[in-house]
Amino acid sequence: MSTRNIFVSKGVDWTIVTLYAILVGIGILCIFMVEYRSGTNWLQLFLGGKTNYSKQLIFAGVCTLVATFILLADSKLFTAFANLTYVFGILLMLATFVIGKDIKGSRSWIALGGGFNLQPAELCKIFTALALAKYLSMQNLDFSKKRSQLIAVGIVLLPALLARLQHETGLALVYLSFFIAMYREGLPAEILVIGISFGALVVATLIVDPNILAITLTLIAAILIYILRRQIKRNSRLLMIIVATWAICVGIQRFAVPYIFNNVFECYQSQRIYSAVGKDYDCTQNKHNKSEIAAGLKGSFKPDDYNVRQSKIAIGSGGFSGRGFLKGTQTRGKYVPEQHTDFIFTSLGEAFGFIGCAIFLMIYLFLLFRIVNIAERQRSTFSRVYAYSVASILFFHIAVNVCMTIGLFPIIGIALPLISYGGSSLLTFTVLIFILLRLDADRQMVLR
Amino acid sequence: MSVFNQSRSRVVQIIFLLIFVVILIQLINLQIFSSKYKLAAENNAIYRKIVYPDRGIIFDRKKKAMLENTISYDLVVTPIESKGADTLSLCALLNIDTAEYKKRMREIVFKYTAVKPSVFEALLSQELYAKLYENMYKFPGFNLTDRSVRTYPFNTGAQVLGYIAEVDTSFLRRHKEDGYEMGDYAGMNGLERTYEKVLMGERGIKRFVRDNKSRIQGAYENGMFDTTAVAGRNLYTSVDVEVQQLAEKLLANKIGSAVAINPKTGGIIAMVSSPNYNPNDLTGSARRKNLGRMLLDTARPMFNRAIKGQYPPGSTFKPLGAVIALDEGLITPDYGFPCYGSYTNCGVIVKCEHKNAGHAASLRLALANSCNSYFSQVFRMAIDNPEYHNSTLGYLKWKDYMNKFGMGTTLDVDLPSENKASVPDTSVYNRAYGRNRWNSCTILTLGIGQDKMTATPMQLANMMCIIANKGYYYTPHFVDSIEHEQRDDTVYLAKYRKKHSVIHTSDTVFRAVHDGMHDVTVYGTASAIKVPGVEYCAKTGTAQNPHGKNHSLFVCFAPKDNPKIAVAVIVENAGYGSTWAGPIGAFIMEKYLNDTIAADRLEEVERISKADLIPTAIKDWYVKKENQRQAKIFLEAEAAKAEREAESKQSTNDEEENSEKIPLGSEKNIEQLEMILPDNKNSKSTLPANKKDSSKKKSTNTTTTYMIDDNKKWLVKKSKA
Repeated sequence: MSTRNIFVSKGVDWTIVTLYAILVGIGILCIFMVEYRSGTNWLQLFLGGKTNYSKQLIFAGVCTLVATFILLADSKLFTAFANLTYVFGILLMLATFVIGKDIKGSRSWIALGGGFNLQPAELCKIFTALALAKYLSMQNLDFSKKRSQLIAVGIVLLPALLARLQHETGLALVYLSFFIAMYREGLPAEILVIGISFGALVVATLIVDPNILAITLTLIAAILIYILRRQIKRNSRLLMIIVATWAICVGIQRFAVPYIFNNVFECYQSQRIYSAVGKDYDCTQNKHNKSEIAAGLKGSFKPDDYNVRQSKIAIGSGGFSGRGFLKGTQTRGKYVPEQHTDFIFTSLGEAFGFIGCAIFLMIYLFLLFRIVNIAERQRSTFSRVYAYSVASILFFHIAVNVCMTIGLFPIIGIALPLISYGGSSLLTFTVLIFILLRLDADRQMVLR
Repeated sequence: MSVFNQSRSRVVQIIFLLIFVVILIQLINLQIFSSKYKLAAENNAIYRKIVYPDRGIIFDRKKKAMLENTISYDLVVTPIESKGADTLSLCALLNIDTAEYKKRMREIVFKYTAVKPSVFEALLSQELYAKLYENMYKFPGFNLTDRSVRTYPFNTGAQVLGYIAEVDTSFLRRHKEDGYEMGDYAGMNGLERTYEKVLMGERGIKRFVRDNKSRIQGAYENGMFDTTAVAGRNLYTSVDVEVQQLAEKLLANKIGSAVAINPKTGGIIAMVSSPNYNPNDLTGSARRKNLGRMLLDTARPMFNRAIKGQYPPGSTFKPLGAVIALDEGLITPDYGFPCYGSYTNCGVIVKCEHKNAGHAASLRLALANSCNSYFSQVFRMAIDNPEYHNSTLGYLKWKDYMNKFGMGTTLDVDLPSENKASVPDTSVYNRAYGRNRWNSCTILTLGIGQDKMTATPMQLANMMCIIANKGYYYTPHFVDSIEHEQRDDTVYLAKYRKKHSVIHTSDTVFRAVHDGMHDVTVYGTASAIKVPGVEYCAKTGTAQNPHGKNHSLFVCFAPKDNPKIAVAVIVENAGYGSTWAGPIGAFIMEKYLNDTIAADRLEEVERISKADLIPTAIKDWYVKKENQRQAKIFLEAEAAKAEREAESKQSTNDEEENSEKIPLGSEKNIEQLEMILPDNKNSKSTLPANKKDSSKKKSTNTTTTYMIDDNKKWLVKKSKA
């Protein structure tokens, strides 16, 4: 033990540590930009610790501490406790239904006292990553079997389901990112293809007139049958598949999508998705809205794309080289709601323009590629799956968050990793990354 | 297994890369190719505040402010940004209904487009401003802007000072390069208009950064793009507020005008046109109502008769006729004419007030007695001057003199739309009588200030100045100096500092005229009119006109030896010059020269002020207007009553029959009332037209009263036809 303690830095990937530090630094800078008011003594406020950026700095300090502890820990610890922590995480999530605290309309928080709150769904990402890695690294597991694939999917989707039940749609969606890790481990590519096709079909349903889309789908099916008529003659099952696919597609487009939007989603969610493709959603058709009206509540009617509009204005006004540090009027005027958390990217986009955004995104991309490289150099399946999970979670967060601020994705509450203000978010990503670094440092060991 | 799926690592990396490329493409699209976001950000965050400078103040000769500035607030709306406004609470605050709100919005959008800020409610009261200010966050697109508004501490000089009003689209078109914007105020009349550029100053623009709740966060770019407001410059006029007030008081309840000029400088001391109005009526929230009322008023309170009213000068012209003849060398001060009560040399008879022999034995006597025959003769001598061969040329020479004296030309006073009145051109007579078919006899009554000659009160006052100055004048003007005078201001003031020498006759010539005019005040027509402690010269006039009773005219200057003030007064349809115009002129001189009115004469001031000389036609118009108003109120009350009854009856039981009958009944009421007030419509159409004539006085008709000869009368009529 003692020898290891001396060489705690041995084998640690300093590139990732540097990228981590840069990103956290940028994060604090961005929060400072959002909070800054001209005429105030920012140094005093900074040292006073009352402002968000000084709080974030304190969080960063705590995270450094936690990171050190993780690096000091034995990597066997993570494999050993993987299943246990997963169960613990699930139990915590279940507990929120009983002792949960209501913050901003979602009962997904547990009060820790002293003004700190814990969001189990956030922590559960780490546990799920560990649990998935643990499961996939089981020695006698054949991942090409349907059964083991289903169990892996189950491990991932259980916390997602619980998060959805807590009305944390954003967090629930994050668990979908584990499919990337599973894909790397041999999940059939068809699942990804089908998933992407489904997504494309839903978007098409929203954009294109239903009748035209139905005709288009029918035409595609007809052309396919014509092209493949030889094969069909030989194999009649092909025809069946094409017809079935066509029927499912039309069914989704005709009935499933409207049903989901009118009955499953809340009115505001439907609106956000519609507004992401540039359309208005009529809330009077929404079941939730109807029941709200029936219950005597006001119900919502007006499409509200204020957030995304202001966010796009902020980023767009940055131009090529940006408006300069602390010069952005959108940021100074607090036009973008939740700018220090979910919309933090806008302050960057406004102040530093396209150049700044591109460099920033390159740092992220570099981090992701670095993690994938690290993953591939692992000898143990556990480390590799875990590394891919980390990369996928980070990627999903970055992609969804940035796409949301530039109007490519509906607005859901997903933080920008290491940048957005918030202790639990920063802590979660710190823990995720530094566990990876610990595992990587011990890559010579074979972990099970 | 890891080896087996190694290739998928590339796929994952490609997926990562792909999404990042999509993000970058969208970023390029947003940040580099769309300029609208930059604009949107500016519209969001930059609040341009126009800083209106204080308008210049107009002072009188004793540095008393004739008008001042106070702050007033406007509610301004940019319709396109007002989508989310809490209409109901705004309407409740402004005390209007939503229909009115929508109507105003439509009007604003129609008139000024939806994207420009336009005034929604102007000139808010203090209380309303406070209420709105607290609630502004509810009304996006609405703003409160302050501006300075005029107040008039002396309630005087309305027509001279003019008024300021919001600029309209046609004004903006005309003044494109002057940088006016919708909602600006500009001088629309009087001195406010003439000196608009001096008074307006320069507007400043301040840019602020505001936040999402429209709270100001600080200056934009540390005020780098701000321009400071430069206050308008003050005007120092020659007006004496107290004299002006007195003159307005004396002319109250009359239709007429008075102008007093300092002959030494040309500075106008007082200029009154009656009826006039309280200038404070055209500021504040009642402005629109008052303006509408005044524009419709048949007595035309907005019409400045002092520079636009055309009156036959009558006998007040005689001193000028004498001066012209003297200057041409046609007569000497000793020239006399035997008059026995009328002038008969032309076949027509021009009556004279005096019959006793020798009342026109010299110029001095003729002036003192206002002998019509004498001046008819003098006029004829001027026209038939052998130097000019024929009467047309003689007339042209005479007209030239007249124009030099400022008659029949605009004097270029610093008020807009001055009228040049009329000294007819030869073409007018050529048309009336035929070329070379008229002579000094045909136009004889020009010599006693009648015929087609008209003059504005200001021209008459200016004529007095020339005579008082013995041959020169300064163009009448109000503004003596401008604060911080600049080179550019010569445009305004240079012309008022130039001495116009009209004629260079010897002093003796003018002394005869002065003496004659002085005699008028000693034993002549104005002998009853005194100015305590001042010897003055005057000439009364009683001008015949086609609109009823004679106009009462009076011109004078004082003191006799060192003239400091020249006055012209006209009271329409008031009879002899000495009865009304004379005393008014005397009081104006007294006030100016003695600085006060003698205590024993104050009663007389009150008597004149209260005397009601408004022609009956105009009074009738007022009565009818009032009747119409009363009738309207009565009918509305009746209709409301009928409606109420209808409702109550309807609610009892019989539905259809009653509801039909009662509105019919109320219509009958209207008919009955219209029968009670029979000539509503007539009076509306005829009277204003009638009045218009009387103030513009195309005095062709005047001649007919003199022309006893039937043939000539017929000639005149024919020419008119």
